[in-house]
Amino acid sequence: MEHYLSLFVRSIFIENMALSFFLGMCTFLAISKKIQAALGLSIAVIVVLAITVPVNNLIYHYLLADGALAWAGYPDLDLSFLGLLSYIGVIAAIVQIMEMFLDKYVPALYNALGVFLPLITVNCAIMGAALFMVERDYNFSESVVFGVGSGVGWGLAIVALAGIREKLKYSDIPEGLQGLGITFITVGLMSLGFMSFGGIDI
Amino acid sequence: MGLRKFLDKQEHHFQEGGRFQNWYALYEVFDTFLYSPSSVTRSTAHVRDGVDLKRIMITVWLAAFPAMFYGMYNLGFQANDVLATGMQVEGWRGFLIEMLGGYDSSSIWDCFWYGAVFFVPIYAVTFLVGIAWEILFAMKRGHEVNEGFFVTSILFALICPPDIPLWQVALGISFGVVIGKEVFGGTGKNFLNPALTGRAFLYFAYPAQMSGDAIWTAVDGHTGATALSIVASDGMAALQEQISWMDAFLGGMSGSIGETSTLAILLGGVLLLATRIASWRIVGGVMIGMMALSFLFNTIGSSGNPSFAMPWYWHLVTGGFAFGMIFMATDPVSAAMTNTGKWAYGILIGLMTVLIRVVNPAFPEGIMLAILFANLFAPLMDHFVVQANIKRRLARVK
Repeated sequence: MEHYLSLFVRSIFIENMALSFFLGMCTFLAISKKIQAALGLSIAVIVVLAITVPVNNLIYHYLLADGALAWAGYPDLDLSFLGLLSYIGVIAAIVQIMEMFLDKYVPALYNALGVFLPLITVNCAIMGAALFMVERDYNFSESVVFGVGSGVGWGLAIVALAGIREKLKYSDIPEGLQGLGITFITVGLMSLGFMSFGGIDI
Repeated sequence: MGLRKFLDKQEHHFQEGGRFQNWYALYEVFDTFLYSPSSVTRSTAHVRDGVDLKRIMITVWLAAFPAMFYGMYNLGFQANDVLATGMQVEGWRGFLIEMLGGYDSSSIWDCFWYGAVFFVPIYAVTFLVGIAWEILFAMKRGHEVNEGFFVTSILFALICPPDIPLWQVALGISFGVVIGKEVFGGTGKNFLNPALTGRAFLYFAYPAQMSGDAIWTAVDGHTGATALSIVASDGMAALQEQISWMDAFLGGMSGSIGETSTLAILLGGVLLLATRIASWRIVGGVMIGMMALSFLFNTIGSSGNPSFAMPWYWHLVTGGFAFGMIFMATDPVSAAMTNTGKWAYGILIGLMTVLIRVVNPAFPEGIMLAILFANLFAPLMDHFVVQANIKRRLARVK
């Protein structure tokens, strides 16, 4: 239990997807103008990560890894070169299902997210989580915890950024920096704040 | 009133159409510094009080004085205590020290002068470099130089380690003022505390000169651990052998210039709280958060990590906790604005400080990063408090 708790905390704060690995930046910068939209997006990302990372974990361990197909009678087969392809396929399928679900039941959020919902497919944070899962050799339950944790961490970061950007509406930013320029600086300063966790080893 | 007449006579050069209209900000700085401007804020934003921004900033500046003077004395005392008889400081600092003082650690004047020789250049560099950036931005952006910089400069100088090279001081304050504040449009428009931003930048950019044991006493080559790193490596008993709680409270230990004496900081804190410039809710929140988590850690205990056993009253007097709580956390610009938000913001700082101090082996001190971390979430806290308010009042309408 303690092991899972520390994995959860680590994936939220210490190895924050957005602010220490800088993954998922395109959506991170684009959907952080309003807190409400950022909240919606972060829930979508948490859901997608919580489903795709474990599913990819199963696919990796039972189909792709070296010798994983032993149960089907092919103990020497190593399909791990198909990894990228399969993970992105799973992610795309799940995002598609979620898009249809949101369109039907939460149209307000569907409209707010707009084109960025299908773009979650190519959100590097989600692909990155799948690859981290393989690289760090998580088992199934670890991958569930890691998926949810990194989703929460990414969501926390984008909601905080949206809060700051709503406050910055009252700022007087030099012309050349308005828009994305100041957002990049803001994200850099945020990751300075998140460095307080750097070095914690749990 | 010759000076006033002189300034008035020159003013037309700096106004629209004058010869030096681009330099208006510079003129305005001198004019406002020397004379109180007749144009004070009259709009409804300040309707509850006769206080204006200038008076707030000057009060904070004054409140930092006890910590500053004690810091200078203590810097000298710690250094003279270490310097063996016959050893001397080299270069221009040594020349200045010998000119007006000596190396006697029992003489208050000697210690004070030694401290001044180290602190005043740091403060002067901070002030000059920072004000140059401020004036440059003010001229180019067409706003006025704000008194807020007085506060930023003294706070930044007070949280520097005594041994810091002056070029790093210049670099740190430049980062703090330009990236931490001016790119957002100046005082009141930033979201991080500029002084802490500059300090954190230096901390991560030059870890060799900003952390470790060699920098806390202004003597070349001397290593002396701060109270917090003693606890982290050897435990509470080792610390109590070296200094008593009362010593730590009064400030007789090494550390960043202004942070050592909790008593001197609290003197300034009383002034700030009494004038309501610092929010008592934030200060209370920080105390509650710190006490709660240190109680928790005391109860859990740990065999491998001696910091777990550090009680709350030691957390209060060691490191920069008191300084951060009184002067940094209460910065009205980067803190939460709503009352409930202030509690949450303070508690978050308190929790994070103890968490970083105890759990994170990379950083012995946590208050700086804890405040920056809480700054990130302050706008979000305000947002949720405001939303909750709207919801509550809407329900009453229905």
